[in-house]
Amino acid sequence: MNNERIDQIIDKHHGEASSLIQVLLEIQSEKHWLPKEALERVSEKLQVPLTRIQHIATFYKAFSLVPKGRHEIHICLGTACHVRGATRVLDTVQDLTGIRPGETDLDLKFSLETVNCLGCCALGPVLEVDGKTHGKMAPAKTADVLKNCD
Amino acid sequence: MPRVNSTDELEKIRKEILSRRDPNQPCISICAGAGCLASGASEVIAAFKEEIEKQGLKTDVNTKGTGCPGFCERGPVVVIYPEETCYLQVKPEDVPEILSQTIKEKKVVNRLLYIDPTTGEKATHESDIPFYKNQVRNIICNNSKIDSKSIDDYLAIDGYSALAKVLTGMTPEEVLEEVKKSNLRGRGGGGFPAGRKWEGSRNAPEKIKYVIVNADEGDPGAFMDRALLEGNPHSILEGLIIGGYAIGSQEGYIYVRQEYPLAVENITLAIQRAEEYGFLGKNILGSGFDFTVKVHQGAGAFVCGESTALMTALEGRAGEPRPKYIRSNIVGLWGRPSVLNNVETWANVPLIINKGADWFTQFGTEGSKGTKIFSLVGKITNTGLVEVPMGITLRDIIYKIGGGIPGGKKFKAVQTGGPSGGCIPEELLDLQVGFDELTQAGSMMGSGGMIVLDEDTCMVDVSRYFINFLTDESCGKCVPCREGLRQMHKILTNITKGKGKEGDIALLEELSETAIEAALCALGKSAPNPFLSTLRYFRDEYEAHIKEKRCPALSCKELIAYHIDPAKCQACMICLKKCPAEAIGGGKNKIHVVEQEKCTKCGTCFEVCPPRFAAVQKISGEPVPSPIPEEERIIIRKSKEK
Repeated sequence: MNNERIDQIIDKHHGEASSLIQVLLEIQSEKHWLPKEALERVSEKLQVPLTRIQHIATFYKAFSLVPKGRHEIHICLGTACHVRGATRVLDTVQDLTGIRPGETDLDLKFSLETVNCLGCCALGPVLEVDGKTHGKMAPAKTADVLKNCD
Repeated sequence: MPRVNSTDELEKIRKEILSRRDPNQPCISICAGAGCLASGASEVIAAFKEEIEKQGLKTDVNTKGTGCPGFCERGPVVVIYPEETCYLQVKPEDVPEILSQTIKEKKVVNRLLYIDPTTGEKATHESDIPFYKNQVRNIICNNSKIDSKSIDDYLAIDGYSALAKVLTGMTPEEVLEEVKKSNLRGRGGGGFPAGRKWEGSRNAPEKIKYVIVNADEGDPGAFMDRALLEGNPHSILEGLIIGGYAIGSQEGYIYVRQEYPLAVENITLAIQRAEEYGFLGKNILGSGFDFTVKVHQGAGAFVCGESTALMTALEGRAGEPRPKYIRSNIVGLWGRPSVLNNVETWANVPLIINKGADWFTQFGTEGSKGTKIFSLVGKITNTGLVEVPMGITLRDIIYKIGGGIPGGKKFKAVQTGGPSGGCIPEELLDLQVGFDELTQAGSMMGSGGMIVLDEDTCMVDVSRYFINFLTDESCGKCVPCREGLRQMHKILTNITKGKGKEGDIALLEELSETAIEAALCALGKSAPNPFLSTLRYFRDEYEAHIKEKRCPALSCKELIAYHIDPAKCQACMICLKKCPAEAIGGGKNKIHVVEQEKCTKCGTCFEVCPPRFAAVQKISGEPVPSPIPEEERIIIRKSKEK
């Protein structure tokens, strides 16, 4: 992401320091993570100290300070999914991918995250791969879902 | 579209919209809420569009992607107006038949109707289905009538008429009085009377004031605010503008979590449209009242649902709460008076203005008026959103509307109030639902999550789960919450792993007491609730884990073992093939045995074992029977000669 694009995003929010979180969210959604250079640019443009940006980038769950894999797996651990056995789905996915929540594998193929509720409680346990929801998951079914990712 | 400059012009436009619509023309409304989209609603919508073109029906029929009507269990839901024929679990391949039968021939496609599981009777209309029949749907009913992206649809159902009424015929004081009289209490959790909150802000001396919609719906298992924001965003905007007028504020914020992309999209679009029509901006409806609204996306922090933390986040900082010696309706966002209400609270405001406080107070109990939307999830037959009058019993919600527990299992408890709520056991099922009633039972109303737990759910694990959630979400500012919860989580995890000690319960109680007394905000103060309420009603389960190393619900992984009953196993090979750990020994015609040292306890064998054999069992608190000797494992099948 070049500085021009970052400046565009900042200008869209009228360069106000209070829109810092909104700016970071946009960078995150385009880039899937927050590179250091981008944060430095934001800091300079919005006149917000880098330490405060770091505070925010680590406080909120939506931000990542490391690059993400090609496929983002989200496993819902909301209450409804939890009581229907989401932890067992998570265990199986961890075994299959070799990574734990919050991690990305060395080939940058998968990133694994747990989320607190996707709001599709009727379909629990829910597994989301690259934004597509797979409902009524069971440990035995996860391999089939992940097989389709390359 | 020209700007609407007065009430008369608004009525003129409304008439114009209605005159363009033929109430008898068939309209196919397909739920495009997140639940139905996940079950394939977008494919169904695409199929309808394509097939309508193909069958040459383009001028005869309308299609609409609507908000969530609530019956997520049977999605995608399709309702065909004006007959209100309701089809459930519609797939793209059903579409040609629906068009040729229902639209052209006016016949009902029987196989897509709701079938009552007890009587076997079919229900053609939405209103005949028990799930809907037993609800009072004042707010959510509009979700399935309108295209959530169309302001004209909202105007067609009398939208913005409450705003017009307020701006032309009522003083701010009168609006405030009406809301106070309705006794509307905050739907987000606290249940603080909205009218009193508004009054505090109105009377505050500062000139600049704010009104804020709290749509940071973080409770896992709760999605009613999302459904409203996605399905009927204008109703929330209308409520917010009225609130702004009543307290004398000209600026509103909508704080919505980024995990709800569709809600963000729909509310942003709604604001744009409202600006074009002149319901937002300068001199609204020619009244001289100015009001603007901004959307702020939350970046994923549960604590930001707390009022002061939310306001800090709006200012562009890390969302940490502050002590509330002075309430935020006096000193809030940027240090100015700020009224923060939940999505559902704002959605009630236009109704109260239009129909009057007296209409509103006819629903509910003495202390809790109106209706409340709950998201009924977990081990329940009809998962979905239900809107009920306050005062209804939990039993009616779970059995009459929810259809009871699936799979013939036994009800254990219902968890209400989100992570900081509590569990209510079977003996209290006749409890009336209301703010004060639920608090007395050791739980709380919260924002309306209602998670049903059955006999397979371990209560210690539920408590561990919520404490873990809150430990994760604690902002870390105060010690009782940051450190206390962490210790509680450690102890509870040990208990579920069979490492519980005598005295653990007393220690947990002590930590709970400290958090309740000394934590800074509502998150910390109410965090011990899940532990305290499960201990209050299910102490025996805690003791079984600690003393006998046994999980009565057969759920805690470390305390159970899988075992194949040799008398029942038919050596069908299914579990043996499916086991991901290759931990099942045996073979064709040879009884299968779980090799305990290899078993990862994933439960796959238990799930795949055909129910007619039911040979795989879970064992807890007792040793696993040793496998039968090799020579006895061979099954000699009778020949299948005729």
